[in-house]
Amino acid sequence: MQPTSHAFVENARDALANPKLHRALLNMKAGFQGKRAKAVAGLPEFEQLRERAKAVKDHTLAHLDTYLERFEAKATASGAQVHWARTGEEACDIIHGICQRRGAQTVTKGKSMVAEEIGLNAYLEARGLNPVETDLGEYIIQLRHELPSHIIAPAIHLNKEEVADAFYDAHKDLPPDRPLSEPRELLEEARGVLRRIFLASEVGITGANFMIAETGTTVIVTNEGNGDLTQVLPKVHVAVASIDKVIPTLEDATLILRLLARSATGQEQSTYTTFSTGPRRHDDPDGPEEFHIVIVDNGRSALLGTEAQETLRCIRCGACINHCPIYAAVGGHSYGWVVPGPIGAALDPGLIGLAEAHHLPNASSFCGRCESVCPMKIPLPSIMRHWRNAGFEAGLGAPSFRYGIRGWAWAARRPWLYRVGARLGRWSLRLLARGKGRLTAAPLANGWTKWRDLPAPQAGGTFHDQWRARQRGAGGPGGAGAGA
Amino acid sequence: MNEQRRTGSADSTAGSRHVGFFVTCLVDLFRPSVGFAAIALLEKAGCRVAVPNAQVCCGQPAYNAGDRRDAQAIARNVIAAFETFPYVVAPSGSCTGMIREHYPKLFAEDPDMRGRAEDLAGRTWELMSFLVDVLGVTDTDAPAFPRKVTYHDSCSGYRELGIKAQPRLLLAGVPEMELAEISQPEVCCGFGGTFCVKYPDISNKMVTDKAEDIAGTGAGTVLGGDLGCLLNIAGKLKRMGATVEARHVAEVLAGMADRPGIGDSEG
Repeated sequence: MQPTSHAFVENARDALANPKLHRALLNMKAGFQGKRAKAVAGLPEFEQLRERAKAVKDHTLAHLDTYLERFEAKATASGAQVHWARTGEEACDIIHGICQRRGAQTVTKGKSMVAEEIGLNAYLEARGLNPVETDLGEYIIQLRHELPSHIIAPAIHLNKEEVADAFYDAHKDLPPDRPLSEPRELLEEARGVLRRIFLASEVGITGANFMIAETGTTVIVTNEGNGDLTQVLPKVHVAVASIDKVIPTLEDATLILRLLARSATGQEQSTYTTFSTGPRRHDDPDGPEEFHIVIVDNGRSALLGTEAQETLRCIRCGACINHCPIYAAVGGHSYGWVVPGPIGAALDPGLIGLAEAHHLPNASSFCGRCESVCPMKIPLPSIMRHWRNAGFEAGLGAPSFRYGIRGWAWAARRPWLYRVGARLGRWSLRLLARGKGRLTAAPLANGWTKWRDLPAPQAGGTFHDQWRARQRGAGGPGGAGAGA
Repeated sequence: MNEQRRTGSADSTAGSRHVGFFVTCLVDLFRPSVGFAAIALLEKAGCRVAVPNAQVCCGQPAYNAGDRRDAQAIARNVIAAFETFPYVVAPSGSCTGMIREHYPKLFAEDPDMRGRAEDLAGRTWELMSFLVDVLGVTDTDAPAFPRKVTYHDSCSGYRELGIKAQPRLLLAGVPEMELAEISQPEVCCGFGGTFCVKYPDISNKMVTDKAEDIAGTGAGTVLGGDLGCLLNIAGKLKRMGATVEARHVAEVLAGMADRPGIGDSEG
C-alpha cells in the first residue's frame, strides 16, 4: 500500500465528517486511558522503571551493531537461521523464498507492524500465496484491504456492524441468517474460520516485540493466543523484526515487559508472553522444524545519530496514540501510513520521507501529553520539532504560511514597527467588531472564524500604549496605579 | 492593603523583588487588562514592576513553525531586554515555557548565547507559579466573585511548568466563588498557537469537545492562565451561543473582573 500522508488534510477532513468513527474513538479513549492510569498508579516504581528502560535502550542503540551480531550468533547457535534485510523489498523476498522452498500455499500471520510496513501480504499475494492474518483486528482489516488504524488495536476505527459486513462478504459459506450482531458471535465466527486455516498453514509468520542478544530469543506478547498457534503449529516459523527490537539481556526484557502491557492496555501482563529460542528440539513436545529470523533495517539505521534516533526506543505500546487529542479527532487512517499518532509523526518522516509525511509532525498542538505517558520517555514533541525545522529549511509547507511567519518575525524583531502594526491591527479588528466584542469573520483569519468567533481587542489601546501613558501620567516607574 | 496578607518567606528587599514584566503579544493586543491585573498582583505582593520597552513576543510562532533562525533573532531581543532583572514574570504558561524550556535549546550550538538563555530561563516565572512558589503568597485578598467557575489548565503550564495547584490555591481564597472541575482537565483545547489556523478543522473538533466539557459543568465563568487558550475557548463558546464567560485568572484574583469577559460586548 502506498502512503497517503501527503493528503493528511483531506484524510482528516473525511474522518472528521464520520460520526461512526468518532463513536469508536471515544470508546477507545475512555477504555485505554483509564486502564493505563490505574495500572500505573498501582506500581509505585513505574517512574524508576521508565528511567531504567530508557537507559537500556539508549545503551543498546549506542552499540546496536554489537548487540545485533551477538543476537545473530546466539540465535544461530540455538539452531535458528538469521537473515538480514536492508529494505522492505529484501525482507519480503527472503520470506517469499522460505515459503517457496517449502512449497507453502497458506501462510498464517501473527500481528506485526513491520510486516505491514514492508507490505508483506501484498507481496506474497502477488506471488500466488495466501497469507492470512490471525489477530482478530488484523484479520478484519485484511478482509477490508485497509491499513491498521492503531498499532495495538488495528480495527479500532470500526463498529461491530462493519465487522459483520466484512464477514458476510468474505465467508462464502456463511448463511445470511447467521446472527453476527454481538461481539461474541463475531469472535466465534472468526475463530471457526481461523482454526481451519491454522491447521492448513505451512509457514507461520510473526513479528517480535524483542530480540534478546544474550540468548538469541525472540519474544512476542499477545492477548488472543493467535501468535502462539501461528508460530507453533506450522513446520516453519518466520519471525520478522526491525533492528531496533534488539535488547541485551533477558533481565532487560522482563524490565520492559513490566512497562509494556501497563502502558498499552493497563494489564499487568499480556495474556500470552512467548519466548522462542531455536526450532523444535527432539525432546520438545511441539514447535517448528525451522525457525527463521528476518532482521529488517528499512531506513532505521539512517536515523541513528540524528535527533530522530530516540524514536527507535519505541516498544509499540500505543500509549501516545491513546492519549493524543489529534489522533482522537482524526483516527489512524488520516496519518496515511502504518504507524499513526505521535509516534508516527515522529517516526514516519524518517521512514517514508519528509516530503511525503511533512504534515504529520506539523499537525500537533504540542500539548505534550504523548511524551508524558510514553514508557520509554521518547521526547515526541521535540522530534516533531526536529522535522518541522527540516521541513522549513527544505521549503515544505504552504507558501502563504511560510511567508506569513517570516513577515511576522521580521516585524517582531523591530519593537517600534511592531507597535505600529499592533495599533493598526487592534484598530481594524475593533472597527470590524462594531462594538459586539467579537468578529464572526475577519480577513486573513478564515481558519479561525470558520469555526469560532474572534474576540475583539479590548477598548483603551494596546497594553504598551496604555502603560506608557500611565508612566507619563505618574511620572515614573512603579506609580502606574495598576489597580485603579 | 491588608497587613495580614500572606506573602510568604521570600526575602523582601525591594531590589530582590524587582520584576521585569513580560506582557506577551496576545495580552498586548487583545486584553491589556490581564497585564494590569498581573502587575497589580505583583505590586500587592511587594514587587517593583518594570515593563521593558524592547519586548515584543517570545518568538514561539516562528519556533513552532520550524523557523529557527527567526526564532533565535527574536529570542536574542528578549534575552537582552530582560538581562538586568532578578525576576521575569509573564501571565502565560506558554510564553514562560518557551523562555524556560526552549530558549536554551534554541542556542544549543552557541555557548555564549546558551549561557545567557539559561540564565534568563532560571529567572523567568509564570505568574501563578511566581506568586505561590517563589513569593509564598497564599491569598490575594480578592474581592468576592459570586459565581460558579471552572478552570482550564493550559498544556504548557501544566506539563512544562507543573502548574495546577497554584491557581487553585489562590482561587480558594476568593469569597463566594465555587470551583467545578471539568471532566478532562488535562486535554488540550486545540489552540496550539499557529496549529489552530494551520489545521482549523482538527482544532475545531478539539475546542468543541473542550467547550462542551466546560458548558457541562454549569459554570458561568471559565478561568485560565493562558490567553491563547482562552481566546480559542471563548470564541467557540460564543459561536455555540453558550453564556459562559472566559477570563484570565489574574483578573479575578486582582479584583479586576469588572470588564466584560473575553469576546463579550462592551456596550
